[in-house]
Amino acid sequence: MNEILPVVLFVLFVAFVLGVSFYFAGKAKSASGYYAAGGSIHWGVNGIAFAGDYLSAASFLGICGMIATAGYDGFLYSIGYLAGWIVALFIVAEPMKRLGKYTFTDALDANFDSRGIKLLAAISTLVVSVCYLIPQMVGAGTLVTPLLGLPHYVGVILVGVIVITIVATAGMTSTTYVQFLKGSLLLIFSTVLVVALFLRGLSTTPDQGGRVPFPEYRAMAATESGGSLAVDDAQYQVVERKKAGGAEFAKLAKGGEQSWWKLVSKDGKFELVQTQWSVTGASGTTMINGAPASKKNQLALVGNLEKIDGKTGEAANTGSIGPFKFLSLIGDPDSSVVRWKEAKFSDGADKVTVYYQIHTPGNKILRPGLKFSLEGTPLERIDFVSLMIALFLGTAALPHILIRYYTVPNPAAARKSTIVAIAAIGLFYILTLFMGLGAMTGGVVNLTDSNMAAPLLARSFGTFLFSMISAIAFATVLGTVSGLIIAASGAVAHDLLDRYGKVIKNDKQKVMVGKATAFVVGFIAIGLGIIFKGVNVTFLVGLAFAVAASANLPSIVMMLFWKRTTSQGITASITIGIVSSVGLILFSPTLYALYGMDPSTAPVPLNNPGIISIPLSFATLVVVSLLSKGTQAKAVKA
Amino acid sequence: MLHEPAAQSGKDPAFAYKRTLGWKMFVAYALFYAGFIVINLLKPVMMELIVIAGLNLAVVYGFALIIIALILALIYNRACSKREAELAKSEEV
Repeated sequence: MNEILPVVLFVLFVAFVLGVSFYFAGKAKSASGYYAAGGSIHWGVNGIAFAGDYLSAASFLGICGMIATAGYDGFLYSIGYLAGWIVALFIVAEPMKRLGKYTFTDALDANFDSRGIKLLAAISTLVVSVCYLIPQMVGAGTLVTPLLGLPHYVGVILVGVIVITIVATAGMTSTTYVQFLKGSLLLIFSTVLVVALFLRGLSTTPDQGGRVPFPEYRAMAATESGGSLAVDDAQYQVVERKKAGGAEFAKLAKGGEQSWWKLVSKDGKFELVQTQWSVTGASGTTMINGAPASKKNQLALVGNLEKIDGKTGEAANTGSIGPFKFLSLIGDPDSSVVRWKEAKFSDGADKVTVYYQIHTPGNKILRPGLKFSLEGTPLERIDFVSLMIALFLGTAALPHILIRYYTVPNPAAARKSTIVAIAAIGLFYILTLFMGLGAMTGGVVNLTDSNMAAPLLARSFGTFLFSMISAIAFATVLGTVSGLIIAASGAVAHDLLDRYGKVIKNDKQKVMVGKATAFVVGFIAIGLGIIFKGVNVTFLVGLAFAVAASANLPSIVMMLFWKRTTSQGITASITIGIVSSVGLILFSPTLYALYGMDPSTAPVPLNNPGIISIPLSFATLVVVSLLSKGTQAKAVKA
Repeated sequence: MLHEPAAQSGKDPAFAYKRTLGWKMFVAYALFYAGFIVINLLKPVMMELIVIAGLNLAVVYGFALIIIALILALIYNRACSKREAELAKSEEV
């Protein structure tokens, strides 16, 4: 039963989604029907579909995972993602609808009819869409392993095939209803999960409602004399010591078994604290905590409160609590959260990863600073500002979001649907803080994949909630990927082949090319999703926002508000925006780490490029517009 | 040849009003958002201050950024709808 339910729910969900696609297939025969759902979607449905489109794997899996491991710093993404909708509503929504047809390139080019704008804006759409696709596909792979017991790559392929079917059958109409369904379910079941969390309350020994015994990690006294370490418990012998990641570890032997412990020294006294570890030998076999890795022998889930308002054990159990009490207790300076870090080192031919506990006071959990070092170097602080700027300005420049403005009948409907989106997305982002903290303190954090925090939190409440949340998370990926592939299809068929290349001869051909593009982009997405396995999806989406904000937003804003904007200025701005943001990302410390190189040797010291690339793109537009004698933009008229 | 609107939007006499109002409200919200960034940069420890109901400034400010976005959006929509209705009425007259 426990094994079957998630599979049944998943299959039903996929069958329903595909049924919707085939039902609407008849409406997607014209280009307007395929790319813009005929401009006939109700603003209320479109608003929730916006939420379904926008609340991607990054929001649901990535943010909850980042809050579960880095506290409030993960919530910064929620704040930034939501704030971006203000730019969409106040600046972009109505003009986009008024000026465009199928793609944001239409709106950008409305006053110029420039081949350069058509080409560059289409390329920008493709670059941003591919950047955004990667984390969605990674999230898909992450989900299927616990849900269906299938390998990561199978999940990626599964999503790719389903999404290609959705998009190729009914285009924007089926995509809209899949997104509407997913947005609604996501809000409902996230609320259910958070209410369940409040009813359970907080404990220093979370046992997942009695399902999983809380693991206690041992600590043993040790003594050092003459540089040699000895464990007070004579059963253990110290085999060797290793320093890595600013911590020291000792390999102990007891009988024929060996284990890694963290060495802590304080006031001349030594203590060895139990860890979890994995060892990969030269032959490629992996041992987890001393036994061969298998489906049953995995790293244990972690994360708990060590103290709640200064109390431990039974006395600390809160029982049911309200949302404010939940937050105030976790954030109390007298509360302490056990988080886990990892250190990697070599032990002969073996590659060792040790996961060890760190204790963080509650007041540090509920303020920025655990991931973004706000009291660190100026560069670290600039990185934080850069991220916040990119999140704020990125939303209104995402092509797959902008095309949703063409699915409603008029500009007023575009405005109203944006407000529905803000309400739905705002509610969800508030819930992410509770879900993330619930995972952080509920003993459900996966040490090797933070993206699973929300589904694993749901599993701690039983199989049904886990199955629903996982199926919805999977739908989350489907909804967003569908939107991205539609955006990419429009860029190729409408912007590049029809308006730039003038090779499309009729409406039917444009739809056919769009469907063919969906296949190609879908296969590219599958490949990238497999390659980028394991990278935090929120981080990847943050980068996609930076590229969108740099490449697209300056042109959109200046085209609307600066009468001296020229087509040359816009093409130069898009070019510089793409090149600078992508270039800065490729040479950033995080990407260097991904390449397997030392991050400190990265030529660009920032992980988030927005603070450089966005102003650079704006400045390029202004300078080139002033220097060029191109077509001057007409003011956007009623 | 194929470049015709998916759905024709009629004349919008309230366009200039909405653009100006939108810009002003955007600036107001951007300043509020910038305030959050500036506090975190200049005095991050201030985020630990308990403000109300045991909640610290980080949580209250973060929630406020989300809730105020919705409130501003509703105000904006009401103002725009009202002006659209007024202008539509005067055009009919």
